[in-house]
Amino acid sequence: MSKVEFNKETGPREVFCGLTSIVWLHRRMPDAFFLVVGSRTCAHLIQSAAGVMIFAEPRFGTAILEEKDLAGLADAHEELDRVVNDLIARRPEIKTLFLVGSCPSEVIKLDLATVAEKLNKRFLGQVRFVNYSGSGIETTFTQGEDGALKALIPLMESSDEEKLLLVGTLANNVEDRFKKIFRNLGISNIESFPPRQSTELPKIGKNTKVLLTQPYLSDTVRDLKHRGCEIISAPFPLGIEGSTEWFLAAARSFNISQLKVHEIISPLISRSKLALESHKEILKGKRLFLLPESQLEISLARFLHNECEMDLIEVGTPYLNKDLMKEEINLLPDNTKIVEGQHVEKQLDRVRESNPDLVVCGMGLANPLEAEGISTKWSIEMVFSPIHGIDQAADLAGLFSKPLRRNQILTTKTLVTN
Amino acid sequence: MELTLWTYEGPPHVGAMRIASSMKDIHYVLHAPQGDTYADLLFTMIERRGQRPPVTYTTFQARDLGGDTAELVKKNIKEAVERFKPKTLLVGESCTAELIQDQPGALAKGMGFDMPIVNLELPAYSKKENWGASETFYQLTRTLLKEKVSYSEKISPLRWKEFGRRPKVNILGPSLLGFRCRDDVIEIQRILSEQGIDTNVVAPLGASPDDIERLIDAEINICLYPEIAEASCEWLKRNFGMEYTSTIPIGIKNTIEFINEVHKKLDLPLTNKKELENKSKLPWYSKSVDSNYLTGKRVFIFGDGTHAIAAAKIAKEELGFEVVGLGTYSREMARQVRATAKDLNVEALITNNYLEVEDAMRKAAPELVLGTQMERHSAKRLGIPCSVISTPMHVQDVPARYSPQMGWEGANVIFDDWVHPLMMGLEEHLIDMFKHDFEFVDGHQSHLGHTATNTKDILNSDERKEKNSKKGIIWTESGRAELTKVPFFVRGKVKTNTEKYAILRGIPEISDETLYDAKAYFS
Repeated sequence: MSKVEFNKETGPREVFCGLTSIVWLHRRMPDAFFLVVGSRTCAHLIQSAAGVMIFAEPRFGTAILEEKDLAGLADAHEELDRVVNDLIARRPEIKTLFLVGSCPSEVIKLDLATVAEKLNKRFLGQVRFVNYSGSGIETTFTQGEDGALKALIPLMESSDEEKLLLVGTLANNVEDRFKKIFRNLGISNIESFPPRQSTELPKIGKNTKVLLTQPYLSDTVRDLKHRGCEIISAPFPLGIEGSTEWFLAAARSFNISQLKVHEIISPLISRSKLALESHKEILKGKRLFLLPESQLEISLARFLHNECEMDLIEVGTPYLNKDLMKEEINLLPDNTKIVEGQHVEKQLDRVRESNPDLVVCGMGLANPLEAEGISTKWSIEMVFSPIHGIDQAADLAGLFSKPLRRNQILTTKTLVTN
Repeated sequence: MELTLWTYEGPPHVGAMRIASSMKDIHYVLHAPQGDTYADLLFTMIERRGQRPPVTYTTFQARDLGGDTAELVKKNIKEAVERFKPKTLLVGESCTAELIQDQPGALAKGMGFDMPIVNLELPAYSKKENWGASETFYQLTRTLLKEKVSYSEKISPLRWKEFGRRPKVNILGPSLLGFRCRDDVIEIQRILSEQGIDTNVVAPLGASPDDIERLIDAEINICLYPEIAEASCEWLKRNFGMEYTSTIPIGIKNTIEFINEVHKKLDLPLTNKKELENKSKLPWYSKSVDSNYLTGKRVFIFGDGTHAIAAAKIAKEELGFEVVGLGTYSREMARQVRATAKDLNVEALITNNYLEVEDAMRKAAPELVLGTQMERHSAKRLGIPCSVISTPMHVQDVPARYSPQMGWEGANVIFDDWVHPLMMGLEEHLIDMFKHDFEFVDGHQSHLGHTATNTKDILNSDERKEKNSKKGIIWTESGRAELTKVPFFVRGKVKTNTEKYAILRGIPEISDETLYDAKAYFS
């Protein structure tokens, strides 16, 4: 392991809670509905994080707790029952309904598991109910997906069939590309979790080889292990290096020769390196500060340093699972400073002192930093954009080079006629 | 428990954040978990603010709950005070902290600071954003001025005469995330100044705690946004005798009435009354023959109470529209909206549920929708032109250009913003008319997006929806053909009316003649 410096920090934070992941999960599984049991704050949060995605009746909503629900727990259960009945009557096409716990529902100890169990009996054969918590007192941002996937594992049937299971939400086009490459490598039985339809859950067992596409799935991995799945240890498929190692690790696990992997992916690598050049030109030697938000920070830091030659000032992450991240950490340059957790004020002091060229941060901080003259990239874009795989490496780099390029355009006089 | 898909208002602590962020030298310590920090982006993204809201979130986690969350609150208060050195501290809690009852306000007061501390108790499970903003502004005003109540004389609106100076007023209510507040303030200050009236304090937008203490240097208060400022104005009236205005200067008639009201309260003679009528282009543009086609345009209005009522009045009296729907999500303003609706012979819609609004919109078959961003999306789905007149808003509702809603320039902006989408709608109709000409390029894109504007779509989609309710009625070839000739924006209404007529008369088949019979019957 490289000599990476680990730090922990506590204090006031500036991070989304796990409910935010509903914004991409509901798009991945169009036959599922996410019902948050929470407050007006929860509803307002998802709506604000989702931005302008208001064009249709959404496949998520909030059962807002009111004063009378807080008076007695029995009431709250009955009320939730009523809301679920109304919802299913209105949206009969829903196949899976996620009951999502929130900060207030956790604090009043609303037992969503029991509610889900009762509802499962009543709607047997029509709708399945699962529950998980996306509360901000337990989860940050992407951990919501971890919770949702973990909740689905008990519904997955067992099978000893050998298969490759890609775990973590991917953009559909990226997923298709990955599957094509794996088929070319000779792996034919490939499935994804979460699937594109909530009812088409993959079967799992001792011959299931799990390849993670996202770094924030600690609990899901643990439960998949309990079901006998083999977890393939690899860096994450961000950038050329990460994706290459990721394919190689999968191939090893299926006894496919490294030579074959190189044979298939080397044309991809060549063209991707070419595409990366123009971005590298901008990013090279620039100093990067990553604030914690998506848990993708370590992989992004590795890509931006190793392939785009950026210098790393500090790599923040809301939560660090050293075991899951060990392959990534191995690839980081020596003396990388990783900070788990946050004290947002102290961290911003460090941002200002270190005078970075680019800061990766949440939407609440981006414009204020820009106003101080510091270029930023909002991290939420990483979870909405197709950034995985060799073919997307240049697009990924582009997310970071664009703010710098824009800054350059706006601060330089380029027209001779002026 | 209430099922909510999209919400018009945030929780009450977001209202408190709007007050804190609008002001200077204030800091708000909010006892809340990390997820609640999302609210910062409302200010930094929608308003494009270059400063973070002055808010410290205590960020308690599940593991803290067993321990001492009160200590965590105190630690955060101490750090925030040392770092930000506010002149006044707001302390409160969000929905989750309300349940664990640490009473952060009381904790803060026991910490020995010498600055004023406002303890905000905003019930998250029964109240909403605008109420929270109003309560925060009221508590802040009360905290900073209550000591002066006992020795202050009642403020006479006429005292400027004794002092031998121009009258002074406060402009109360404008805040961040309010609709066009930034520009309304400039417009109203300009109008008052032209009338010889000085502005003492604008608050909360841009004010400091010192400014709040100076409120009583003015003669009267301008209550510009009652949703935010009425409670404070009422308190200032009760305790200092300060009168406040009740007319909202949106539209020409209301702007003139507002100026009248201010003059009357201050006993200041209004010398340029005739001039006022020519300050805005709206009256002449509306009178211009070009605007004849606006007569009787069917308009559906939904928004916060203040903007919805103002829009209804302008639509009816200044532009000659027909108001076919009026509603609000502000329960606090329900009474006033109902009264206006009654004057207009429509039933007021008071609801939080945007689907109910969309439903009412569909049934009213308007030619123009004036609403919030929610209604803009609903209108888009229904293929109806729309202009946004109220919060909740998006980044495009904070335009770079000077764009008030109030006063003379506000009336100009309103004329353009409302009439422009109608003209685009008319263009849509022309496109519909000309699309059979061979010169017409196939695949012309509508600015309204892909919506059901052609007859076939309307018939098909309605057939699916109304399979059961309108059973037994058949549209014949001639009936369908005639319906195609009806302008698209009233086609839905014509179809419904014709079917209603057919049912009434027991006519099983609708032909072209039935359409004309129905038309005559309903006109």
